[in-house]
Amino acid sequence: MEALDLARWQFGITTVYHFLFVPLTIGGAFFVAGFQTAWVRTGNPRYLQLTQFFGKLFLINFAMGVVTGIVQEFQFGMNWSVYSRFVGDIFGAPLAMEGLLAFFLESTFLGLWIFGWDRLPKKVHLATIWVAAFGTLISAYFILAANAWMQHPVGYEIDSETGRAVLTSINDVLFQNTAVLAFFHTIFACFMTAGAAVAAIAGYKLMKGRQVEVFRPAVKASSVVILISAIGLSISGDIFSKIMVEQQPMKMAAAEALYETTAGAPFSVLSVGDLSGDDATRLIEIPGLLSWLSTGDSAAEVEGINNLQAEYEVLYGPGDYVPYVPVAYWSFRLMIGLGLVAALFALWSLWVFRRSRQPEPHSILSKVYVAFATVLVIFPLLGNSFGWIFTEMGRQPWIVFGLQQTADAVSPLVSATEIWISLVGFTLIYLVLAIIEVKLLLTFIRRGAPEDAAAVPYTDEVEDSRKSDDNELYFAY
Amino acid sequence: MTTETLVLIWFGLIAVLWIGYFILDGFDQGVGILLPFIGRDELRRRVMINTVGPVWDGNEVWLLVAGGATFAAFPLWYATMFSGYYLALFLILIALILRGVAFEYRGKRDCDSWRKRWDAAIFVGSVVPATLFGVAFGNVVGGSAIEPIATTLPAAGGNDLNFTGSFFSLLNPFSLTLGLMTMLVFTTHGAIFLALKTKGEVREAARSAGLRVGVVAAVVAVIALLWAQLYSGRVMVTLPMVLVAAVAFLGALFATWRGRDGWAFLLTSGTITLAVASLFVGLWPNVMVSSIDSAYNLTVYNASSQAYTLTVMTWVAVVMTPIVLIYQGWTYWVFRKRISTSMIPAASQSGRSDDRFAGLPKG
Repeated sequence: MEALDLARWQFGITTVYHFLFVPLTIGGAFFVAGFQTAWVRTGNPRYLQLTQFFGKLFLINFAMGVVTGIVQEFQFGMNWSVYSRFVGDIFGAPLAMEGLLAFFLESTFLGLWIFGWDRLPKKVHLATIWVAAFGTLISAYFILAANAWMQHPVGYEIDSETGRAVLTSINDVLFQNTAVLAFFHTIFACFMTAGAAVAAIAGYKLMKGRQVEVFRPAVKASSVVILISAIGLSISGDIFSKIMVEQQPMKMAAAEALYETTAGAPFSVLSVGDLSGDDATRLIEIPGLLSWLSTGDSAAEVEGINNLQAEYEVLYGPGDYVPYVPVAYWSFRLMIGLGLVAALFALWSLWVFRRSRQPEPHSILSKVYVAFATVLVIFPLLGNSFGWIFTEMGRQPWIVFGLQQTADAVSPLVSATEIWISLVGFTLIYLVLAIIEVKLLLTFIRRGAPEDAAAVPYTDEVEDSRKSDDNELYFAY
Repeated sequence: MTTETLVLIWFGLIAVLWIGYFILDGFDQGVGILLPFIGRDELRRRVMINTVGPVWDGNEVWLLVAGGATFAAFPLWYATMFSGYYLALFLILIALILRGVAFEYRGKRDCDSWRKRWDAAIFVGSVVPATLFGVAFGNVVGGSAIEPIATTLPAAGGNDLNFTGSFFSLLNPFSLTLGLMTMLVFTTHGAIFLALKTKGEVREAARSAGLRVGVVAAVVAVIALLWAQLYSGRVMVTLPMVLVAAVAFLGALFATWRGRDGWAFLLTSGTITLAVASLFVGLWPNVMVSSIDSAYNLTVYNASSQAYTLTVMTWVAVVMTPIVLIYQGWTYWVFRKRISTSMIPAASQSGRSDDRFAGLPKG
C-alpha cells in the first residue's frame, strides 16, 4: 500500500477507536452526575451505590478516551501536514479553544471528583462531576465545529499568494448550521450510547435478580433517555440530511446509491448486488420517500451520482468525484438501523419492568432479555462508527469539501515504512488495551454496586475529630 | 494589534504553555521514573502514584493545548515539526497512552503480576517522553534538516519547508544531551515534588534520591545549557538566564538538604521556567532552525496564521488562561495534604469485598 492509503487507514482506525470511548464518556458523565444529584437530594443510599458503580465503569472508559485523544491532537500534523498548512489558520483555532475551554475543565474536575470525596463538601463534590460533564459538551462542540468546516467550509478566503485558507469570520466557522446540527445529532447519539450501556447493565442485573432495588431506577432512567435520544436523533438527522442534500448532494446520492437524477425518488431500505453501478436489485423500496426526506416534497427531483459527477467536472476539473458507494449506502442504513433497535429495546425494557414487575431470574423471558442486552451495548457504538464512516467516506475524494482533496493533503515525506510502524504499533496497543478494558468492565459489572455505601466523609459532614491529617484516604489508586 | 505584536504574544504564549507542561507533567514523569527505585514495596508505590493521581491528567492537558495552540498560531511550525519528527512523536504518544491507562487500571485488579506490568508501563511512559521532549527541543533549537520540497501548495510563505532528515539524524549529540538533561531534571523535580507531598519513609527516600540525582542533573544541565548558547540568537540575555537557572537549581538541592520541600519545589520550577525560557529567547524569531541553510528557517513570520486568527485566539487566551490557572491552583490546594503509607486504604479499589470497593474508611 502507498503512504496515502496507510495514512488513511491509520486515521480511520485511530479515530473510530477513539470514538468508541467518547460517547460513553459524554453520556456517561451525565448519568453519573444525575445519579449523584439524586443521592444528594434524596439521601437514598441506592443512588450513591449507582453513582459509585457507574462512576467506576465511567472512569475505566474515560481513561481510554483520554489517551486515544492525545493521538487525535497530534496526527493532523504527523500524517496530514499539507492539510495542516492549508487549513491551520482556521482549523487550529477550534482545536486550541477546545483545549483551553474544555480539556482543562474535564481533566481537572474529574481529578477532583475521583479523589475529592473526603476532600470537599458534599455539594461542591457534586458540582465537580457536573462541571466535568459540561466540559465534555464544550469539547464536543468545538471539535464538531472543526469537522463541520471540513464538510462545509465557511468564513474563509483563499490567500492568493500562499494558496492557504485564511479565516475571515470565526462566528461563521463556529456557528454555521452544519456545526450546530452535527452537535445535536452527535450529542443525542452519545446519550443513546451511554443510555444503552446503562440500560443493558441494569436490566441484566434485574433479570439475574441481583441488587434489584438498586438497579431498578437505572433501567427506567436509561430507557427514557434512550427514547428521548431516539426522537432527538430522528429530528436532528432529518434536518441534518436536508442540509447535506444542499451542501454535499453527492454524499446523499451515494447514501442512496441513486445514480440518475430522479423525480419522486423512492427510499431504498434494502438491496442486494453490486452498488458500484446502477444494477443492484432493490428489495424494499418506499416510493417518494427519498424525495420527501431530501426536500420535504415527495414528488421533488433528487440529483443522482452521474449528474453530480458531470457537474463537478465542470466545476472542479476532470477527476472522479464519486465516493465509494457501497460504504456510503450501507453505513447510512446501519447507522439508522442500529439506533432504531436500541430504541425498541428501551421500549421493551420499560414494558418488561413496568410497575415494579420482576421476571423470574431463570425464565425464558429473562434469558432472552439478557441475550439481547449483551448484544445491545454494542449496537449504538457500531451505529456511531457507521455514522462517522458515512460522514467522512461520503465526503471523499475531498478532505475539505470543494477545496482540498485527501490525496493532496498527506504528509509528503513521511514514508510508507514509517506509517507501517505507527499503524501496526497503534493497532496492536489498541487491541491489547481493548481486551484489557472489556475484561475490567465485565469484572466490575459482575461485582455489582458497593453494599452499604452511606458513609462518605465529606468535609462538611464529618465531625472535626475525624479530620486529622492521618486519616486513611477515602479513595486511592 | 499589528502582526508583529501578535506573533510575539503567541511565541510567548507557546513558551508559557511548554513551561507549564514541563513544570507540571515534569514532576509526574519524575515520579514515574523514580517508581521502581523509591517504590520498593506496594504501599510505597501506591503513595507515590497517589501524589500525582488527582492532577496528572490536568497536567498533561498543557501538552495538548501547546500542540493545539501551535496548530492555531503557527500552523507551518506544527505541520513541519509533527510530520518531520514523526517516529519520535509516535514513541511519545505510545508512552503517554501506556502511562495514562496505567494510572487508572493498575489498582483495578488485585494481582501482583498485573500491577508489576502497569508499574513498568508507568516507568516507560515517563522516561520516554521526559527524554524525547528534550531531544525534540534540541533539534528545534540546534537545527535539523529542513529544506524546501515541492508540495501541492504554492511555495510562498514557507509552505514548502519540510524536514528531510531521518529519525536517527534527530539523535545528534547536542539533542541527546538536552534529552538527558530534561530526563534528569524532571527526575529531580519529581523527587522534590514527592518529598513535598509525602511524609515518613517515602519523603526521606525522595529527598535522598532528589539530592543524588540532582547533583548529576546539575552537571548535565550546565553542560547542555552552555552548549545551547552556541545556538542562541542573543547570548547576552540567555547566558544570564541560564546562570540564574543553575543557581536556582543548586538552591533547590540545598533546600532539599535542609528539608525545606516547598522552597525546593519552587526553585526547581524556577529552574525549568528559566531554562525553557532561555531556549525560546535564544530561538526568536525562529521557530525551527534549519541545519542546511538559515534561509530555510521557519520563523514566527513565515509560519504564523494571519492577524485575524491570532487576534481571536489572543482574546480566548487572555480570558481563559487566568481561569484555568485559578481552578488548577485550587485543585492543588484541595489535595495539599501530605500522604504517607499509613493513609493508603489497606485494600486497593479492586479489593474483593464490596465495602472495600467503596473504600469506606474504618471508623
